[in-house]
Amino acid sequence: MTSPDFTFVIDGRAIPGKPGQTIMEAADAAGIYIPRLCDHEGLRHQGGCRVCTVKAAGRSVSACTQPAAPDLVVESETPHINKLRRDLVEMLFHEGNHLCPICEASGNCELQAMAYRLDMTAPTKMPYLEPCRELDVSHPDIALDTNRCISCGRCIRASQDVDHKGVFGYVGRGIHRRVAVNGSDLAHTDAAVTDHAISAEVCPVGCILRKRVGFATPIGEREFDHGPIGHEIEGGSSD
Amino acid sequence: MAEPRLIEISPVTRVEGHGKVTIHLDANNQVDEARLHIVEFRGFERFIRGRLLWEVPVIVQRLCGICPVSHHLAAAKAMDVICGVDDLPPTAEKMRRLMHYGQVMQSHVLHFFHLAAPDLLFGFGAPAEKRNIFEVIKENPELGRRAIAMRKFGQDIIEATAGKKIHGTGAIPGGINRNLPVPARDAFLAVIDEMCLWAQDALALARRYTQEHDHLVAEFASFPSNHMSLVRDSDGALDLYHGKLRALNAVGGTIFEKLDYARYHEVLVEDVRPWSYMKFPFIKELGPEKGWYRVGPLARMNTVSFIDTPLANAALAELKQETSGAPNNSTLVNHWARMIEVLHCVEKIRELLHDPDLQGTDLRATGQRREEGTGVIEAPRGNLIHHYKVDENDTVTYCNLIVSTTHNNEGMNRAVKDVAVKHLSGQERITEGMLNHVEVAIRAYDPCLSCATHALGQMPLQIELFDADGGLLDSRQRSA
Ligand code: SF4
Ligand code: SF4
Ligand code: FES
Repeated sequence: MTSPDFTFVIDGRAIPGKPGQTIMEAADAAGIYIPRLCDHEGLRHQGGCRVCTVKAAGRSVSACTQPAAPDLVVESETPHINKLRRDLVEMLFHEGNHLCPICEASGNCELQAMAYRLDMTAPTKMPYLEPCRELDVSHPDIALDTNRCISCGRCIRASQDVDHKGVFGYVGRGIHRRVAVNGSDLAHTDAAVTDHAISAEVCPVGCILRKRVGFATPIGEREFDHGPIGHEIEGGSSD
Repeated sequence: MAEPRLIEISPVTRVEGHGKVTIHLDANNQVDEARLHIVEFRGFERFIRGRLLWEVPVIVQRLCGICPVSHHLAAAKAMDVICGVDDLPPTAEKMRRLMHYGQVMQSHVLHFFHLAAPDLLFGFGAPAEKRNIFEVIKENPELGRRAIAMRKFGQDIIEATAGKKIHGTGAIPGGINRNLPVPARDAFLAVIDEMCLWAQDALALARRYTQEHDHLVAEFASFPSNHMSLVRDSDGALDLYHGKLRALNAVGGTIFEKLDYARYHEVLVEDVRPWSYMKFPFIKELGPEKGWYRVGPLARMNTVSFIDTPLANAALAELKQETSGAPNNSTLVNHWARMIEVLHCVEKIRELLHDPDLQGTDLRATGQRREEGTGVIEAPRGNLIHHYKVDENDTVTYCNLIVSTTHNNEGMNRAVKDVAVKHLSGQERITEGMLNHVEVAIRAYDPCLSCATHALGQMPLQIELFDADGGLLDSRQRSA
């Protein structure tokens, strides 16, 4: 027997929920965008980046993994929570080497778009690690610039669960944990440019690159030239 | 016995590379030697190694905050060659040309109104507070208004072709990523005639100044040299975007002609001197003493056979009259030459705006990959060479750039020395006027120094006078 649909509240708005839905899924369906980086449509939830943090019944939880429940009261767009999200996004800029004006992901990049959405307008005073890892250009059709990787794991899940391959995996621990290919370099894996893991939608940043695409899309026609990240979900709202 | 002395002029701010002038006096306070030190670019050639070839035209824009578009296009031209594309689709080439003319126009306008006009209107010896664009606007509001509007027109052209005013992405290997939609074209057409009139007025101002000050112009940093630029392959016309290399000597004799620029390293040698990070190129067959040359607006006026737009061509004829058709070797005539080029760019932009190819949709060509490519363009400040090698994995393994400031290195050093000899020798103290004269000589070449071009109207300068043992005799400082 399935339990009946219910309602719960996000930022003072009552929205419908279905059993088994996460807070984020229910919010999406209702046209409420909750910021996210590691979660991606069609991939299993990981709950790693914490950018989707909301307050549910007074507790901080990840909206991408926390189930929605009847009468739950959720806070998302509060100054306090957005500050926390901004801090997390800022840290990702500190850990990687991000020079947006020369990055071919610019305008299509979820990290950059999230920084704009969260009003990350000025650099912080903390040091930037600015790693200078060599590019992996060994594959004829794919290049990797791991200096821009945010360890979201989307490529790992896409490769395992959708492509059934396992091209990518985590190595190291803690702040040193990062994504690597399962082989000496990309040419020594079974990665193909047609893999879902390699597609433009999976890597949120400019780390996994399809060779020879470069800057072919003019400024003005890139994904986030059309609106801030989340606008498609918010635009789909009935009110 | 009096000791030899060293005068040092160095900019206080170091935003994008920096320059420093040292003037060596002998025991009798006569100028022995003058050197312009510029630190820039070398690190970049290493940085670009290992990057992907299609990133290069975008990355190189970070070389220079003042003419990023020139680097963008020169790199894109080199990458066209590497991608096996010798002929771009017409829409792509014309969009790039439009971008380039917009860039040259806005750069020249910036230089003329913001940096040269204060010197020209108020004199080089005027106090620093007077020598800036704000004073120009105060005394001549209409001129100020036009300067801003013309610069904006050029920048809007850049935005329409590259997507952004700075750090755009328009040119991609083998083509361009956009065309010019009709509404954007019509907005430019609506003001192009006004731009053309204003360009003629500004040109008249530069010409009048030069002619009225013929004595100053003839003696200020004026010395014979060779001149080099691209000219149009078919007929030797001025062509800022593409062509073959032509070099003439100081009296107009041909040194080389119709030279494929991919062979630049066969005719040019890049000399290294221990005191400078910037190289000193010279023409191989003439040797380092006689083979140095100048590039830039005046060099182009000297090398080209004619200009293919009527108004600018008539203006060129007037300029040529000054020297009865022979090359003009006076540093200060660069201002006049620059404004002829502004008019040429406006005429070219008008021609392009009427060309339906700008609305074409065939934007990019492909070809057989090559290992090496050179792209050369005539940037606002002169000839600009980008040379790359790329491996089979699409990453850059070699990069050599010769920027206009490097081509002009020897010429600028000579100009500084020339001015120093005439204005500084025998002086006991450093005066504001002395600083200004050295500054004006450097600035006439419009070098890519933030100190020379960013500060509106004045370079932040520090000048120090040392004795032979390094003891400080006199010091003078001025900040922007
Ligand atoms: S990956 Fe995104 S944030 Fe990083 S440099 Fe590229 S555009 Fe900027
Ligand atoms: S490579 Fe891209 S998708 Fe994979 S973990 Fe890094 S940022 Fe995420
Ligand atoms: S999107 Fe929920 S933790 Fe990353």
